[in-house]
Amino acid sequence: MSTTYPMVRVEKVDKYFGDLHVLRNVDLEIQNSEVVVVIGPSGSGKSTLLRCLNHLEKIDHGRIEIDGRLIGYREVNGRPLELSESQVAKHRRDIGMVFQQFNLFPHLNALENIAAAPINVLKKDRNAAHAQARELLALVGLPEKEQSYPEQLSGGQQQRVAIARALAMEPKLMLFDEPTSALDPEMIKEVLDVMIDLSQKGMTMVVVTHEMGFARAAADRVVFMDEGQIVEEATPEDFFERPKHQRTKLFLSQILP
Amino acid sequence: MKAWDWPAFFEYLTSPFLMMGAWTTIWLTVVSMVIGLVLGLITALMRLSGIPVLVAIARFYTWLWRGTPLLVQLIIIFTGLPQLGIRLNVVQSALIGLGVNEGAYISEIIRAGIQSVSRGQFDAARALGMNFPTMMRVVILPQAARVIIPPLGNNFNGLLKTSSLASVISMEELLRRSQMLTQVQFRVLEIFVVAAIFYLIMTTIWGVIQGRLENYFGRGHAASARRTAKAVLDEQDAR
Repeated sequence: MSTTYPMVRVEKVDKYFGDLHVLRNVDLEIQNSEVVVVIGPSGSGKSTLLRCLNHLEKIDHGRIEIDGRLIGYREVNGRPLELSESQVAKHRRDIGMVFQQFNLFPHLNALENIAAAPINVLKKDRNAAHAQARELLALVGLPEKEQSYPEQLSGGQQQRVAIARALAMEPKLMLFDEPTSALDPEMIKEVLDVMIDLSQKGMTMVVVTHEMGFARAAADRVVFMDEGQIVEEATPEDFFERPKHQRTKLFLSQILP
Repeated sequence: MKAWDWPAFFEYLTSPFLMMGAWTTIWLTVVSMVIGLVLGLITALMRLSGIPVLVAIARFYTWLWRGTPLLVQLIIIFTGLPQLGIRLNVVQSALIGLGVNEGAYISEIIRAGIQSVSRGQFDAARALGMNFPTMMRVVILPQAARVIIPPLGNNFNGLLKTSSLASVISMEELLRRSQMLTQVQFRVLEIFVVAAIFYLIMTTIWGVIQGRLENYFGRGHAASARRTAKAVLDEQDAR
């Protein structure tokens, strides 16, 4: 390990939506190249936690560091001061995110979707960005779709383009927010295969998902959340075979056949 | 005097004096529209900025200009302001009056267009590290354009006609020139029918341009229609 910092360090994070306490004193550390799957019932705060990691949501207490750098804030005399939108934008360059609803840009074709951020954010040369986008399309198994607009692609294909789009920024960390929840069953595998491939290449990944198969196959660690708290953390094997907490057992009994 | 004078009608139809009036109407409309677009975009972004001072300024502007008649605004600018030592010539007054008024309406159109873009698009743009101007330029406005262009086109059509109000401050556009011509020619009906025809030609040509713009900004959404058409053709080729 060349780095002395964990890739993600979440310390005593609280988050409220109005009166709703959605994250309660959450602590989490994720090492470089680690794949962490976050599971839990809906409303347990797992997606919110993920969105706090790249400051799409602001936290109310605590701190989040990505690769040793405080995200969204800078510290002045020990007090966090929120950064301006454009400074936060710079922090987000290193953090890729994949969404449940894909969120591809409908007015751009697949190639342009992937190249948009490298060209406009990193100021990469257009030809270089397009060449890189073609490589990424090949990586996600869609080399023939570069001219296709999102609505000409199936859900699974859109999500694979969305993964390629996030990878184009050459992130250190990838966040997946229920990446297969909006897909028809027959398309889930093609997306998970790309994600497994990515995990084997050493990408640090945080994946919110209901796909227990993915957790078993690719996760180094499973984090179970309920009511805004991390209830249990374990290796997939321990988590599924020997869950410790009552709430985990109850949840697993509800979702596993 | 004849009820309807055809030779006079055709003479007015080819009158350079009226045509120049129509030309003035066109550039007055185009320049006012550009002013309106710039002001409208700035105002819409101010409204959506969430910064209280900017929001308040933007709201005050749209409230004031949308709440008072354009005719009154034009007269105040041209006839009233000199009392305060602010002297604007006819062209300046007309452009400011029409442009600033248009901006107030356009800001509402642009704001609605931006708000029509789904939240996920903002999330995706921000997650890719785009700052606000980049997000707007690359992701949000091109999509908002699809929603914005049709009402904006209707506003341009409207402005081609409302620009005639500038005649009251003696701006020599099409209506003013038609009125001037009636002072010497007296064929009121023929002259104003010609003016109406000129307006109709301008709005009709604009309608064609607007259709093309809507097609262009609808790309990506029209893609499924293209695909279907292509699939049908491919199928025919296959047979």
